[in-house]
Parts: sequence; structure tokens; C-alpha cells
Amino acid sequence: MGHMIPDGWEAVIGLEVHCQLRTQSKIFSGAATAYGAEPNTQACAVDLALPGVLPVLNQTALRMAVTFGLAIDADIARRCVFARKHYFYPDLPKGYQISQYELPIVGKGHLDIELEDGSHQTVTKRIGITRAHMEEDAGKSLHEAYTDMTGIDLNRAGTPLIEIVSEPDIRTAAEAVAYLKKLHQIVVYLGICDGNMQEGSFRCDANVSVRKIGAEQFGTRTETKNVNSFRYVEHAIEYEIERQIDVIEAGGKIVQETRLFNPDTGETRTMRVKEDANDYRYFPDPDLLPVVVSEAQIDEIRASLPELPEAKRARFESDYGLSAYDARTLTGERALADYYETVVKVSGAEPKLCANWVSTDLLGALNKLGKDITAPPVSAEALAGLLKRIVDKTVSGKIAKDVFEAMLAGEAKGDDAADAIIEARGLVQITDESALASAIDTVLQNNPAQLADYRGGKDKLFGFFVGQVMKATQGKANPEAVNRLLKEKLVG
Amino acid sequence: MHKDSITTLAAGLRAKKFSSRELTAHFLKRIEAYDSALNSFITVTAERALAQADAADALLAKGEGGPLTGIPLAQKDIFCTEGVRTSCGSRMLDSYVAPYDATVVQKLHREAGAVMLGKTNMDEFAMGSSNETSWYGAVKNPWDVTRVPGGSSGGSATAVAAGLAPAATATDTGGSIRQPAALTHLTGIKPTYGRVSRYGMIAFASSLDQAGVLAHSAEDAAWVLQSMSGFDPRDSTSAERPVDDLLASLNQPVKGLRIGLPKEYFTDGLDAGVRERVEAAVKVFESLGAMVTEISLPNAPLSVPTYYVVAPAEASSNLSRYDGVRYGHRAEGAKNLEELYRRSRAEGFGAEVQRRIMIGTYVLSHGYYDAYYLQAQKVRRLICDDFRRAYEQVDLILGPTTQAPAFKLGDKTDDPVSMYLNDIYTIAANLAGIPAMSIPCGLADGLPVGLHLMGNYFDEARLLGAAHQYQQTTDFHTQWPRGFE
Repeated sequence: MGHMIPDGWEAVIGLEVHCQLRTQSKIFSGAATAYGAEPNTQACAVDLALPGVLPVLNQTALRMAVTFGLAIDADIARRCVFARKHYFYPDLPKGYQISQYELPIVGKGHLDIELEDGSHQTVTKRIGITRAHMEEDAGKSLHEAYTDMTGIDLNRAGTPLIEIVSEPDIRTAAEAVAYLKKLHQIVVYLGICDGNMQEGSFRCDANVSVRKIGAEQFGTRTETKNVNSFRYVEHAIEYEIERQIDVIEAGGKIVQETRLFNPDTGETRTMRVKEDANDYRYFPDPDLLPVVVSEAQIDEIRASLPELPEAKRARFESDYGLSAYDARTLTGERALADYYETVVKVSGAEPKLCANWVSTDLLGALNKLGKDITAPPVSAEALAGLLKRIVDKTVSGKIAKDVFEAMLAGEAKGDDAADAIIEARGLVQITDESALASAIDTVLQNNPAQLADYRGGKDKLFGFFVGQVMKATQGKANPEAVNRLLKEKLVG
Repeated sequence: MHKDSITTLAAGLRAKKFSSRELTAHFLKRIEAYDSALNSFITVTAERALAQADAADALLAKGEGGPLTGIPLAQKDIFCTEGVRTSCGSRMLDSYVAPYDATVVQKLHREAGAVMLGKTNMDEFAMGSSNETSWYGAVKNPWDVTRVPGGSSGGSATAVAAGLAPAATATDTGGSIRQPAALTHLTGIKPTYGRVSRYGMIAFASSLDQAGVLAHSAEDAAWVLQSMSGFDPRDSTSAERPVDDLLASLNQPVKGLRIGLPKEYFTDGLDAGVRERVEAAVKVFESLGAMVTEISLPNAPLSVPTYYVVAPAEASSNLSRYDGVRYGHRAEGAKNLEELYRRSRAEGFGAEVQRRIMIGTYVLSHGYYDAYYLQAQKVRRLICDDFRRAYEQVDLILGPTTQAPAFKLGDKTDDPVSMYLNDIYTIAANLAGIPAMSIPCGLADGLPVGLHLMGNYFDEARLLGAAHQYQQTTDFHTQWPRGFE
């Protein structure tokens, strides 16, 4: 995987991530933020920038931004300021974007990413986060559907964003992807972003430059815009590194510019050069007072922070005795971790058993069905209901797999689906020893030759008798009891 | 009826001496008779006004309604009015019908029950001191129709001064209520920044804009301001504090009031006739028991240059939204986006608005921001500090509202700087955000002279009280321009 950077060169990468906050309403108006509505049905007077309207800050958006800052261990500004960033474009109704410039809400923080080194060892690298600021999203220009015209959809205008700016600490495309995945995991964990990259809820601009190893100065950087999947980010950065090195090695110079990634070709191309860049004429927005965040507010938000992936992983290892691998898998997404913990709690089964079921059977099923853990085909309570029946020996682990398949197929619904299926299919395990004993007797009577061979020293035939008993009981016999009783009877 | 106070009119309505329909029809008739010469209204909403009057009469018949129920008022055309053209004096918004009411409109007409006669003329986007920058043409001063009524609220001033409306709303960014009040012999008040909601009031310079009233007396102004004021959750800069009872405090005696006269406001540029009237007014306050001392506002002379950085900077930003894309003037036949923007704005905005957009864009530009915008903000802080210090010694600051009475139409249109100097005494109050008013203090060569009163933050009650006491012992506010009695 991945292209190697040629010897003697290194890349310097910084990422800007735009993360849509999961608020009900927009950052400065009461209009809804839901994705996919008919064009311009979710744009009110404020979003349309009608004459006379004024912005009012959505306090939930502020809270989410602070939540993010605390999660990356950043400085939270006790006083931050909204500024206007000016440029003319039809999907920017006011002719300026309300953003933050000199005094952002979130200051310096950091994120630790884990990378595999050459020998499959995991190494941790700390990536600095310069700042994160609140701002409003623009609308969308629709060029495709019209000839000689452009459609403007302002539904997205005013959707709250935080822009998260990393330090130029990233050196490879793989590191960039690891950083983005970690960031994505955290904002989704925090519940402040839905993380949907196709819908643009989590977008990335990549600043890339190259230099000779040992050089003190950074090279001239380019910014590649709006790369909307982890894979595209990787490809765009790799392409850009290679392109820049080629240009320099051929005696050329890198131009500071904004580039666009084309996912079809895997290439980036010039969008605008620096000379064309707007003078944004930032100044503090006089319609919005400086935002003051109190110590009490910060303490309260800190106290309500959800457990973050790393802490959860450590707890899963210590509290449930899970392997590092299982703990990592199960804490990959907050919804999965919650699912797992519900299964453990409701079933009362061994945490390890629950982990196997969730990470193997459930995740396997999700994969196969193309479903997401947030909408699982079998609820945590229903899976717990099944595991309870393993614990109380109503069914064997093997029969349980069949029951699970039936649950996936929708044979019964609800938290007690497992019981309903076990009942309907008559799968209750036979633990009644007299019933098992008579079944064993019948098997021994019907197979006198094998019995004689066994008693003559052919120990391997034990498996044959187990199989016959299971067959006679349609698999419902308690395997443990069968083993024990069979041993007694075979001795004769 | 047009010479009666709002107090008298409200009492007459309640005593059934006349109905709101009769009262409204009276003013509509006067508008019809006089306004073709004065040009104070951009839009007269006669039918709507009569319908509102009928609704008011129905309420009054039941003994219901608020303090202003059935009282006709005029709205400056900067306030958005649902279903009525809201032009802001600009070709850009000539065809613009607002889909919602400004908070001020909501409070006065929907809550307090006032009747809206129409929308008054104004300098384009409130940028001007003579009402000559309006797309709808200049407004005449009823005291001398060859002269300007001041601006930007020139239409509201002329409408009230000529008896075409009992009172009118207005806005003041650098003097746009007080200077027209002075030039047309009216009482005009600009309250503390944040006292009246800016929601639905088309922005010129957001940190300076404040709505207020033009009326014949402090008492009338108090009636209207009382109903306009108050916190509005839709305006983040509106003040979350209760509104004082402005009418109850009108009778506070002046005795013991500490009045400061800033020496910087009585300099050589001041017209002799204006100086004489203002000094006489100060004597009246002394005779009422006020203690008058000279004070200093050392940074006051920096007000005009500071203002002409801050206000255009904010204006250049606020007016970015007028791009011809969603509403307002759109140039025809533009071949591309760039041309659409350029031509729509060049055609839609007049020369003064374009000048201020250019100045504002310049002072915010990369490389100039620190030298202009940031520096201006620092001086603004110094001006605020001057007032803070002054209000430790005095309760009110008095001076002239303008350097000279109304000038001739066309006199200053070619000289923007001389036009800008009209607001030399009024601008500091906007930069500091303090309340201020202008009241009539006599005529100089037959033209009105205004006395400027500035108060401490949220001290509108004391300001109006002092003005009212002055008006109890003088009769300048009852003088009427000839031909409009």
C-alpha cells in the first residue's frame, strides 16, 4: 500500500478539516440543518441575507466546539470573536462568511495517532492542532442541471462548522489518513458530527509541500481542496508529493496555489493561483458581541464529556479482560462499544464470549448485509437474549449460531426473538440425563460392531458415538452431558 | 389636529372626540396636499393606514388598546415593513418588498397599535446629511423650501415638521436624527446603542446605527420611544435590561442637575447665531437650577475622521449582500457573473454609497487595516473614555447640534468633506454609544437652531426629562413653519 517517498525527500503536510456540527438549527438562524431537503426550503430570511436581518449565535454549536476543544486537550478561549470574511460568490448570500479569525474558540491542542512501523509494531505519533474555529457553511452552486445558468441552493448556508487546523506535523499520506480517521472517530464519539463524508459533513483540505531531508525551511505549499474520502485524501497527497518532487527535480518551481483533486484520474489540477486570491478583509463582526465562555461552563462541559476511544479501550481491557485487539475493534465506534456493553450487561454472559459474538458474528453480519452498527439487524438486547440461553444451557453454542442466523433472517422480532425461535424450532437442549441415557442406549444397541471395536481399543470411535447421539437428538443434546454419559456407558 | 400633541390626540381618541379613521384621513389629506412640494414620503400606505385605523377604532370602542392605539406615525424607509416596499432610499431596493416586519415596526404597529401612514424619504442607505443622496430625490425643508432638512432622516423630519405626521421613526448613525431635528425645529432622540432593536432596520454601520424618534416635543418622543425600546433576542447587540418609565420621569426637576459644556464644541467654526441661541438655552437651564460647568472632551475633534473610517468599513461589508442575485436591482444582459455583480452594483448604488463602499473596502484591505481600521478603533476607545470621565463630573452635556442652520439645496453636494462636517458635534455620541438628542432652541435669521443634549448610558429618562422641563418654560417647540400651520 502507498507510494514510497523517494530517498532524500520528505513531505510536510498540514490538514484543514471542516466538520459540520450536528445541531438541529443553523449557527446563526433558526432554520433546520437536515440534509437532502428540496433546494432552498431550509433557508430563512437570515440565511438568505435579506436586508435588515441579524445573526444570533446557536449556543449548542458553541457548546459542541468547546466539547471538541476539551477532547483534544486544547486551550479554550474565555473570549472569542466572530469575524467577517469577504468574497463575492452566489452561494455566499451576505457577501461575507461569518468565521473566526484572530480569536478562535479553540486554541492549541493535539491528537495522538497510531501507526504501524515496518515490523508490525505500533508506534504513536503526536500531531499538533493549531486551532479550531467556528464558522458558517456556504450554500451550494449547482452547475450540472442547467445550461447557461447556475442553480443556487442555500439549504446548507449557515450550517455550523468547526474548521480544525493541524500543525504541519504530518509527513506521509498514511499519517494523514491515520490523523483524519482519529479525528473522525473523536467527533463522531463526541456526538458533535455525523461524520458522513459523502454528504460533506466531514471534509478535508490538504496543504502539502516537499523538501530535501535536513532542509530547515518548508517548501512552497499547495492546498488541495475538498477531498471527501480517506482514500481520496491518501491518493491526492501521494499524487501531490510525487508531482512536486518531479517539478523540482526537473528544475522547476512549485507555485503557491489551490488545487482540486479529481477522483476519476487520481490527479490534482490548478484551481486558482495565489495572485488571484481574495483579500478577505477580515474584521470583527459588529452584529455579534464577543463570546465569553465562563469557567463554570467549561467545567460543566468537561464533566459531561463522553468517554473517548482511548480511555474506553483501556477500560475494556481491564474491566472485561479483553485482548488489545478485541478492545480496539469494539471501541472503534461509540455505537459499537455501546452495543457491546449492553450485550454484556443484559446477558450476564462472559465478556469474552460476548466479545466473540459481537466482533465475529454481528460485525460479520453487518459486513455481509452492508449495514451500519447504528441500525443493527439484531439489537443488542436481542443478541443478549440469545447469549442468555447459552449461559443457562438451553442451547449449545453451535445451535446458537443457527438461532442467530434465523434472527438475522427476521424469523422473530423483538428482544426475546431468540426464545421465540428456540421454541418454534424446538431447539431446547436436552439436559435431562435419563432421556440422554436412553438415546445413548439406542445408539449402542444399533451399532454393536463399532461398540465391540471401541471396547477392543479403538478409542477414536468415541467421536463416532458422539456424532450418532447428536444426530439422534437433532443436535439438541447437551454436549457435556453426552460426553460424560457416553464414557460411562462405553466402558460397559 | 396636526398641531396637537400625541398626549392630546390619544386623549381625544379615547374621549371619542374623533376617530382614528378621521385622524388618519386628516394626515393623509395633508400628505396629499403638501408632499408633492416637500417629497418627504417615498411610499404612502393610505389604504393600509385606514384599515389599521378602523382596527384601532374597534379596539378603542371596546375600551382596549395600547398607548399609541390609533395614533398615526410615519416610518423611515429603512425599517422593513411586511408587504410594503422597503427601499432604503436606493435604486438597489426600489422594487424590494420586505417579507417581514422590523422589530420596531412590530412593536409600534402590531403591539402599541399605531397606524402607519407610509415610508419616509431618506439619504440612500442613510448615507448623507442633507437627504440629497436619495434615489427618490431631495426633500425640502418646510422652514425654507430652498434648503435641506438635513439627513439622513430628512423625510421623517420634514413630514413631522410640516404636520404630515404627528411623529416619525428615524435612525442615527452619525447624527441622522439629531441634525435633521435641529434643521427643522424638532425634538429628536437617539437612544443608547442597544436600547432599540436593530432587527429589520437595514444596516448602514452596525456598531453605530440606532433607531429613535423625531417628534414635536420631548413628551411626544417619550411616548413613541417607550413603545419602541426593549431587549430583542433577534438582535445580539440589544441590551438585556428593563426600559425606564420615560413618561413618568418627564417631571423630574432640573434643579441640581449638573450640566457640562465641552469647550471643544464652542470653537471658531460655530455660527454666531447658533452660538447665541445655544448660550441662551444654557441660561434657561441655569435659571431652572442646573449647575453649569465647562468640561473637556479632548478627543472629540477626532470624531469625524474616526467615524469616516469605522462607518464606511462596516458599510462596505453590510452592503456586500446587494449583489443582484437574490433580490434587488439586477443589471440586464450581463454576460457573466463578474459583470452581473459589477453592473448591478454600479447601477443600483448612487455616488455617495459607492464612495463609502470604496473607502470602507480600502481601510479594511490587507496592509491598510492596522493603519486605518485598527487605529480608528483605538481612537474610538479614547472618545468613549472621554465621556466616561465627563459623566463622573456631570449628568448631561450640552452644546450646539450643528455648526450652522440649514444650508441651501445643492450647496454641499460637490464637497463631501464639507458635507461630512455637518455631523461634527453629533458623531461622538454614536462612537461612544451614548444617548443624545436635539431640541429646538430658537431661530437664527428665521432658521431653526438645535440644542444638543448628551446623556450617560441608558439615561434616556433624564435626557427626556431635562428636555421636557426646558420645553415647559420655552415655546420654541411649538413654533410652526409658515405655510404649514
